[in-house]
Amino acid sequence: MSALERAEVKRLREGSPWTGLWAVVAKEMADHLTSARMRILELLILLTAGGTVYVAMQQIRASIGSDRFIYLKLFTLSQDPLPSLIGFLGFLVPLIAIALGFDAVNGEFNRKTLSRILAQPIYRDALLLGKFLAGLFTLALVFSAIWLLIFGMGLIGLGVAPNTEEVGRLLWFLLATIFYGGIWLVLAQMFSVVFRQPATAALAAIATWLFFTVFWNILASLLAQSLRPIQYGFLEEALAQAELELALTRISPNTLYAEIAIALLNPTVRSLGFVLPFQLEGAILGTPLPLHQSVLLIWPHLTGLIAATILLFALAYILFQRQEIRA
Amino acid sequence: MSEVIVTKDLTKKYGDFVAVDHLNLTVHKGEVFGLLGPNGAGKTTTILMILGLTEPTSGSIRVLGFDPTRQPLTVKAHVGYLPDQVGFYDELTAYENLIYIAKLNGLPREEADRRIEAALQKVNLSEMRDKAVSTFSRGMRQRLGVAEILIKQPQIIIMDEPTQGLDPEGAREFLDIIRTLRAEGITILLSSHLLHQVQAVCDRVGLFHRGKMMLEGTVDELGRKILGKAFRIYVETPDTTPEIVEALKQVPGAVNARVLNNMTTIEVEATSDIRHEIARSLIAAGGQLRGLSMEAQSLDEIYAQYFQEVEHVRA
Repeated sequence: MSALERAEVKRLREGSPWTGLWAVVAKEMADHLTSARMRILELLILLTAGGTVYVAMQQIRASIGSDRFIYLKLFTLSQDPLPSLIGFLGFLVPLIAIALGFDAVNGEFNRKTLSRILAQPIYRDALLLGKFLAGLFTLALVFSAIWLLIFGMGLIGLGVAPNTEEVGRLLWFLLATIFYGGIWLVLAQMFSVVFRQPATAALAAIATWLFFTVFWNILASLLAQSLRPIQYGFLEEALAQAELELALTRISPNTLYAEIAIALLNPTVRSLGFVLPFQLEGAILGTPLPLHQSVLLIWPHLTGLIAATILLFALAYILFQRQEIRA
Repeated sequence: MSEVIVTKDLTKKYGDFVAVDHLNLTVHKGEVFGLLGPNGAGKTTTILMILGLTEPTSGSIRVLGFDPTRQPLTVKAHVGYLPDQVGFYDELTAYENLIYIAKLNGLPREEADRRIEAALQKVNLSEMRDKAVSTFSRGMRQRLGVAEILIKQPQIIIMDEPTQGLDPEGAREFLDIIRTLRAEGITILLSSHLLHQVQAVCDRVGLFHRGKMMLEGTVDELGRKILGKAFRIYVETPDTTPEIVEALKQVPGAVNARVLNNMTTIEVEATSDIRHEIARSLIAAGGQLRGLSMEAQSLDEIYAQYFQEVEHVRA
């Protein structure tokens, strides 16, 4: 063995980082699915879905036959004082995701199980990734169940089968919903690495969510006004300011998710940015886009959501690797 | 291979603080080695480095010939670790807790079941198999921790303060378990500051202070090194004259002799068991022998004396 090869061997860690991953996933998922916390949240989302879909069905019955996409309407129609289902999802998804992740690592630490688990022949990678995947699979399971339930309610309540276009759109929307949950899940897990107290981690995650829900849009508008001021009243100036504001608001996962919902569940939406009158020349307004065009429209949003999830996971991973496990 | 754990100039620094300072430690196959020292002496840090759970700043470690920083999975597959505070998932049963560990070790289900039954039997927890761990006492948790270690059939077991917080009965049971494991040829490294318990089970001990191992050896060896004597022999005689005391002091192996307050007993401190010689010279000097007893040096005394000296030198 040459000196170079020896150096190479010395540098590498032996064994796969995935050893034990599925054992962790199976255990964590079993925990999630049987925990009282999860049952409460499931009940909550079940009531919400049931309520909003029922209200939407009442409205659809009145106008049946006039619409090609009644199943999409189940998600978007609202009647005061109840918001639509996507309105509810916008804050229920983060809530569930945070509930699944906020005590992931510090919980093990406080129960004194962390050092015992890490003394098994697994890498830390398997523990963190296993916990994340278990959370993501749980979210996927819960939302898939809700989706199927809504389809079922639609079949019974409306007596019309969904067409392939609707099924396709709702499946894409399901995917987006799962990854929207993934962001908040991984954020909560990251805070669970940083903070020793689960309550602090939960609060930090909820504070981040509140910041993006309530304050970010205001902040984005202020930032845009100060960075791209309108000095002479030109159209270009107004446009530049509005575009910057839009770009800034899209840093928030809430905005991304809301835009995905609009584009997927409302086939007539042709653009999520600004459209000037001359860009609409020749367009037949009010005609729906085919599914693949709508998907094309939300593609950057979806990749953005997934990329943010991966980036946050990488950050949590680095923090966890550097953490001393002794009390 | 007789040396199962070897560290060379092992050093761990947290910023400026040196937790472990050029530690050279060797543990032989089949022995029970005790790490002794006050809190913060670097015992736990050393243990974590041996397991590959913390990276050393410098120096090297070999565990069963493997490097824990580069081959942690191999090391952790053969080394069982009982942390100072053993925690379990309270809402799960003993069996569910153990099967999770078995799965993390990659054991197939049937083999895992077999090993879990055997391990629970060994630590006397068979009846508690399907009870939630939240109902367990501290002693039971500690024993469940041992059962968990036994599942992977380790060659080495490392225990950090294993008897801390146990009641005397629990501690005694636990020491019995350690003796059973030793009889099976498992090497055991344990850290503690409960000295009489260490003395009861350890073949060799190492005295830790400020990240350094100051002394190493059997309890008797340490006694000789620190106190210069390891045995105390009590001679009961009515003739406690200065001549006789002087005669006993001259016996080879005796370090000191003095008359105790009751005026009928002479205490001889010695480096080895010299009862026979003492008796002979007492009688030769014309004294009557009414009784003879001996006690070995306790580790408590060695420890107290040693750290007294260390603090004295520092002050």
